[in-house]
Amino acid sequence: MRPIARLLLVPAVGSLFLWMIVPLAMTIYFSVIRYNLMEPGEHAFVGLENFRYFVTDPSFGTAIVNTLLLLGSVIAITVVLGVLIALLVNEPFPGQGIVRVLLISPFFVMPTVNALLWKHMMMNPIYGVLSQVWRAVGATPIDWLSDWPLLSVIIMVAWQWLPFAILIFITSLQGMNREQLEAARMDGATWLQQFRFLVLPHLARSIAVVVMIEMIFLLSVFAEISTTTAGGPGDASTNIAYLIFKQALLGFDVGVASAGALFAVLLANIAAAFLIRLVGKNMDR
Amino acid sequence: MAPEGRSDYFGAAVRRLRMDFTSETGLKVALAIRSVAAWFVALLLFFPILFMLVTSFKTELQAIAVPSVWLFTPTLDNYTHVQERSDYLLYAKNSLITSVVSTLVGLLIAAPAAYSMAFFPSKRTKGILMWMLSTKMMPAVGALVPVYVLAQGAHLLDTRFALIVVFMLSNLPLMVWMLYSHFKDIPPEILEAARMDGATLLSEFRHVILPLAMGGIASTGLLCLVLAWNEAFWSLNLTAANAGTLAALIASYSSPEGLFWSKLSAASVLAIAPIVVFGWFSQKQLVQGLTFGAVK
Repeated sequence: MRPIARLLLVPAVGSLFLWMIVPLAMTIYFSVIRYNLMEPGEHAFVGLENFRYFVTDPSFGTAIVNTLLLLGSVIAITVVLGVLIALLVNEPFPGQGIVRVLLISPFFVMPTVNALLWKHMMMNPIYGVLSQVWRAVGATPIDWLSDWPLLSVIIMVAWQWLPFAILIFITSLQGMNREQLEAARMDGATWLQQFRFLVLPHLARSIAVVVMIEMIFLLSVFAEISTTTAGGPGDASTNIAYLIFKQALLGFDVGVASAGALFAVLLANIAAAFLIRLVGKNMDR
Repeated sequence: MAPEGRSDYFGAAVRRLRMDFTSETGLKVALAIRSVAAWFVALLLFFPILFMLVTSFKTELQAIAVPSVWLFTPTLDNYTHVQERSDYLLYAKNSLITSVVSTLVGLLIAAPAAYSMAFFPSKRTKGILMWMLSTKMMPAVGALVPVYVLAQGAHLLDTRFALIVVFMLSNLPLMVWMLYSHFKDIPPEILEAARMDGATLLSEFRHVILPLAMGGIASTGLLCLVLAWNEAFWSLNLTAANAGTLAALIASYSSPEGLFWSKLSAASVLAIAPIVVFGWFSQKQLVQGLTFGAVK
């Protein structure tokens, strides 16, 4: 049976291998030639010039920092708030089912809708809901997308992923050993001690899952940026994914964009190596 | 005497108060506080969606009124406008076909691979799983130009076929992972028993694994369906008027129509309603899928 079982792997491994290797090979080829869509017919070999251009572009450093800031803050926000909210709604209370449905909803909102909803209805400096709240407490409304572009994107993305974290933590909390908690309470453990020594260790594994999945999806946030700030003002909210997009489709420079894409692949691999150490421990049961 | 008496009184009050928190009324108060807090957080997170839903029934003037209007005569004009302007049904059909077909084909390819790795593990199994996950970490934008060029060369730009292939491939690693961890939960003894009885590979899969792992397969499918429905990057870049999905349709409202809040809201509600309602009904299954079965 073993050889047949090996054969069953072929479609998945083969198609994924093609999906990886063909674009990668083409990207490597494009990255060492001069390939600008505005200058047809000129495909001279230029060596590493595209790479030099991409790396020395002042936007490059900003984009890396923005990518990491976006990734780090969204993960921090969703994990911390996610654990707190999950603890809040874990025990039964009137309307628990409805509350859970409301909490999970933003996860199903597609990124383009999310972006437009926040850009116009929440964050508009004149008509937006947030500006009304600001005025209600006597503060000057903020022009979110112009003054705090990266923070605005972080808020949108965190709003989308917080429900996901909550849902996973709720599920994990339901598997907690109640007798253990009861015993700790009897022994006079404070809420904080229970949390630190019982709840948090129990959640460790699901926190790892949340961090891993969010990392996969947040490294390449795109729609939220392209539909709201278009990376601006300047490069204030440009991440690596959006910078490459700008080079390729707005600058028509396929060569430089391909060099950038290889950097993105490198970044992804660093993140993957980090993840494998994180998840690898969790995988051995 | 007096201060002592007072301190005694105070101590008793504290004691009574502390007692109260474990007493019945105390528990009720704690429950009330917790309920109010939970409802507050839930409504806060849900508020943007609610606001959008309400706005979609307003006129444009009511939509941008400051302070926001909450009592008004609802109108359906925005919804009819959306259908007239951009043929909502065509985009909805594209979203439905691409997400459903890509999910089904993906499951057909992922399930055998997951089965093979879960029940016939080799030295390389873990490596293959990690490699699959690492392809998922590659930002889609890195593959944009090559895929665009290939699709153009094959005359597949703006076709549902291209989107189906791309959605399927980009969800495949997650599918294999989830199915793998669900299959792993099936005790191998059951399979051995089936094999002793002379079950073939196919009948083993159909009569033993499929029924046992149905929950896991369903949750994997559901999650990939949601991801494909909401996918924006490839649909924005590979499609136009023919194969555009709802995610692409909404992006076209970006500007200047973004200034027309109620029409934007109506279009958005139409775009997210099917999948949000679908998600409500399947949230339990979804969690199982999302956690790779690791969190129970």
